[in-house]
Amino acid sequence: MIFRLNQSSGIPLYLQLIEQVKHAVETGALREGDQLPTIRKVAVDLVMNPNTVVRAYRELEHEGVLELKHGSGAFIKEAAGGRARVMRKAQAVVQSALERLAPLGLSEDELRRVFENELAQSHGPKRLENGEGNP
Amino acid sequence: MNEYIIETNQLTKSFKGQPALRGLDLRVPVGSIFGFLGRNGAGKTTTIKALMGLLRADGGSARVFGIPVTDADGSIEVRRRIGFVTEDKELYPYMTVEQIIRFTRPFFPKWRDDLEQRYLKMFDLPPKKKIPDLSKGMRSKLMLLLAISRGAELLILDEPTDGLDPAATEDVLRELVAIAASSGTTMFFSSHQLAEVELIADHIGIIDQGKMVVAGSLDDMKAQYQRLQVVFTSSVEMPSRWVEGVEYVRQEGRVVSILASHNVDAIVEQARALPGTAVERFPVTLKEIFLEHVRSS
Repeated sequence: MIFRLNQSSGIPLYLQLIEQVKHAVETGALREGDQLPTIRKVAVDLVMNPNTVVRAYRELEHEGVLELKHGSGAFIKEAAGGRARVMRKAQAVVQSALERLAPLGLSEDELRRVFENELAQSHGPKRLENGEGNP
Repeated sequence: MNEYIIETNQLTKSFKGQPALRGLDLRVPVGSIFGFLGRNGAGKTTTIKALMGLLRADGGSARVFGIPVTDADGSIEVRRRIGFVTEDKELYPYMTVEQIIRFTRPFFPKWRDDLEQRYLKMFDLPPKKKIPDLSKGMRSKLMLLLAISRGAELLILDEPTDGLDPAATEDVLRELVAIAASSGTTMFFSSHQLAEVELIADHIGIIDQGKMVVAGSLDDMKAQYQRLQVVFTSSVEMPSRWVEGVEYVRQEGRVVSILASHNVDAIVEQARALPGTAVERFPVTLKEIFLEHVRSS
């Protein structure tokens, strides 16, 4: 698993890590039982605060994506596989939406903005609030 | 052990009648990497010197490890448990790199020979060279080596990457992160480099004119702060009064930019209710938060 951070996006780093792990699970890049790099390794590789990595891993554990085994590290949980099937369905929905949008001739950036904005209106703020309550 | 490794209450200090600290409240959680930000002359170095017992505050209180910094015996213990890198990076000028390491080592029972050797190699420090002959970056690295090797529970770093080139900065930050990850050492560091603070800090405090203007968890702050862009399709009709949480409103033509520090949902609702508007929300960077707070105060 290779993480990448976008420093200038303003999106909290722990949320960026969470999204990347979920995405890797959804695309099948990470599978059940796969081990994630240790907190220290992620922190040192990306030059970021270890507590931020801990926060991301804990939240992923809370959401059932990861299992943290004391002393041995973080592993992708079995149940995460079912999620991948749901995600593939969602992917199909988005694909057809994109096909219907094609005649409008929007740029990739414009499409992304429309999508992200709609997302922020409906779910974005709630998720952030939930996230805050967790350790 | 307290929840906070550093705690000050209403700390004040003046120099020749010129106030440097005007009631500073600072709380640094145990195990955090705390980025202490402020413009030049905001009071960062004065705060650090007061914490180290290098100068005496006029009023208020300061505790490190729960020990009042004004306590004479306590102050010795505090300094033994802290690793310190100062801004001016003054070291004994007559010593060589090797000599100052040998000189410093016996003061600290928890001295880590392994770390000393590792940083000597990693930082490429010439053991036989005299301190005045070292470059500014080399002196920074030497101070870091001395601070880190003593096995401190708390590192206080005043501009630790000042004067380092980008590659050396990356080295130093990476090491700080590695130490925090493996030993849980708390780090309190001042910096002008918002980008590096944003990467390695989990808590920040912004000091301006001797007072803390904003402090807390960086992630929480980023979750609360948002920038809204409101586009009016016809004429711009602003509300007579915005709801709470609006830090600034700037208008350019039919586009209005709003910085919200909290209460974002209510602000969005209010903007939506205005005639003919489209509202978009964007995340905010640490730089935007910083500039907003030191500009407005």
